[in-house]
Amino acid sequence: MSIQAQGVTKRFGPFVALDDVSLDVRPGGLTALLGPSGGGKSTLLRVIGGLETPDSGEVRIDGRDMTRVPAHERGVGFVFQHYAAFEHLSVFRNVAFGLEIRKRPKDEIRRKVGELLELVHLEAFADRRPAQLSGGQRQRMALARALAAEPSVLLLDEPFGALDTKVRRELRAWLRRLHDEVQVTTVVVTHDQEEALEVADEVVVVNHGRVEQVGPPDELYDKPANDFVMEFLGPVTTLGGRLVRPHDVEILTERSASALPARVARLQRVGFDVRADVTTSEGEAAWVQLTRAHADALALAEGADVWLRTRG
Amino acid sequence: MAEVVLDEPATGAPPASPPVPQGERATRGRRTVRWVALAYVAVLVLVPLGVITWRAFEPGLAAFWDAISSEQAVTAFRLTLEVALVSVLLGTLFGVGLGLLLVRFRFPGRRLLGVLADLPIAVSPIVAGLALVLVYGRNGWFGPALESAGIQVVYAVPGMILATTFVSLPLVLREVVPVLEEAGTDPEQAARVLGAGSWTTFRRITLPTLRPALTYGVVLALARAVGEFGAVAVVSGNVSGSGQTQTVTLVIAERITQLEPGAFPLAFVLILVTVAALLVAARLRRKDVSA
Repeated sequence: MSIQAQGVTKRFGPFVALDDVSLDVRPGGLTALLGPSGGGKSTLLRVIGGLETPDSGEVRIDGRDMTRVPAHERGVGFVFQHYAAFEHLSVFRNVAFGLEIRKRPKDEIRRKVGELLELVHLEAFADRRPAQLSGGQRQRMALARALAAEPSVLLLDEPFGALDTKVRRELRAWLRRLHDEVQVTTVVVTHDQEEALEVADEVVVVNHGRVEQVGPPDELYDKPANDFVMEFLGPVTTLGGRLVRPHDVEILTERSASALPARVARLQRVGFDVRADVTTSEGEAAWVQLTRAHADALALAEGADVWLRTRG
Repeated sequence: MAEVVLDEPATGAPPASPPVPQGERATRGRRTVRWVALAYVAVLVLVPLGVITWRAFEPGLAAFWDAISSEQAVTAFRLTLEVALVSVLLGTLFGVGLGLLLVRFRFPGRRLLGVLADLPIAVSPIVAGLALVLVYGRNGWFGPALESAGIQVVYAVPGMILATTFVSLPLVLREVVPVLEEAGTDPEQAARVLGAGSWTTFRRITLPTLRPALTYGVVLALARAVGEFGAVAVVSGNVSGSGQTQTVTLVIAERITQLEPGAFPLAFVLILVTVAALLVAARLRRKDVSA
């Protein structure tokens, strides 16, 4: 179902967390709210979920005005960064909570929770307490719990932020597959640009309580609306006084009219990539990212004279 | 307790509690500390308790039984139980309410309220009792109004309950506050988003989270309420005979100061009750930790 926010403003004392934000999330997609911490993305998510009330503006879910509807009547699913597990209940009862509140029949609850636990690969852990699960498992439980009551929209607040890189990567890919399977409109808050670009159909860059740009990941990466978005979405360097992506800089070993002369200051291998720090003849420090094979083919060496130009 | 990591070896969330250093040898310093602690317990706790036990049974079992089954003693036991149970009930209600208020809400004067709620721990119970007399007594602020309504607070059970609640409430509050702080608001918010209203959230999430700590606090408060002397002494008026307002501690004090026999058997029974309560509390705590 669609989500619309219109002119939403939220202050905490003198701090403006959201400054006249408008947003249109299309139904069925996976949208990422991306931005630095303190930028307002979590507040926006909590306003949509009913955990914060905006000072002004309105929130609509599936066309219905939800601005003053309390959280427990919105029918949304919410996943918190730190799991928010009900520690005194078993995994099964955690997932069943929303159904029990709605007084669904016992056998329906059993069937539904069973299906969900299977979906999140926790069917073997139904009788455990959350404290007996790892972080990744706890978050999968929280996701099953949020999905149990068949929410109109699913909101995830930095869902993998408390997990380490490897688990985070796995869960990210898994979330994408899960979304394709369940097809519920999903909004995920993250400060990790890689996560946003990898998982989302659409990315909303939020900074200083405002929306900087909205679009599909590729569009944002290739055609950033401003320097902030460009810097936030990926690596940047300056060449000829302009921000460019370091992998968009081409290194030539022979003089070319359109290229800037420079000297290789340092070569550093980082796994598959080579990072070349260069200094232009005007004294500007920049860096170039290229593959190891490409660096070998060019026979780059520290101190070598090269010519730089941007691709495309 | 170490976290059981299931299918993601060494990649889960950090363990809930820091690991306890194990297998450390008892060094000389450690042994010294142990002896100092033992000596302290012996001198201040075990020896006096032993003496009271000995004095309680010294005159023989018949005298012991007479001392604890006299009309005065039985009334005192009944009164003590009554006052303690009602006070602890009130202390629990207010302790949980106040704890929620202090932890979950931000309002001007919150810190002051927190300090005030802890005051009974620092203030002498006698002063507390005196304050109650000044406010609710015949010549106090609310005394005349209450009296004309036919309610006697001071020198009666209601005053004793108020005084005992005053001293036992911080024991509940102090158990509740850290648990509420540690649990945070996430689980409660999660319950709300899942469709639970405020009352359901409180009953199904907040209360179960508090339960172990609350039980412990209640047992402590009960032990404290049973043994309360100062505040009750002032507020109750220490009436014996018909219309007795003496609780067990007051009867003990009277028998000692009047050089009457039968103080130590009562003291022994009180000790028994308190030790039982503390054992229950320790047991609950252990369960809580290992759960």
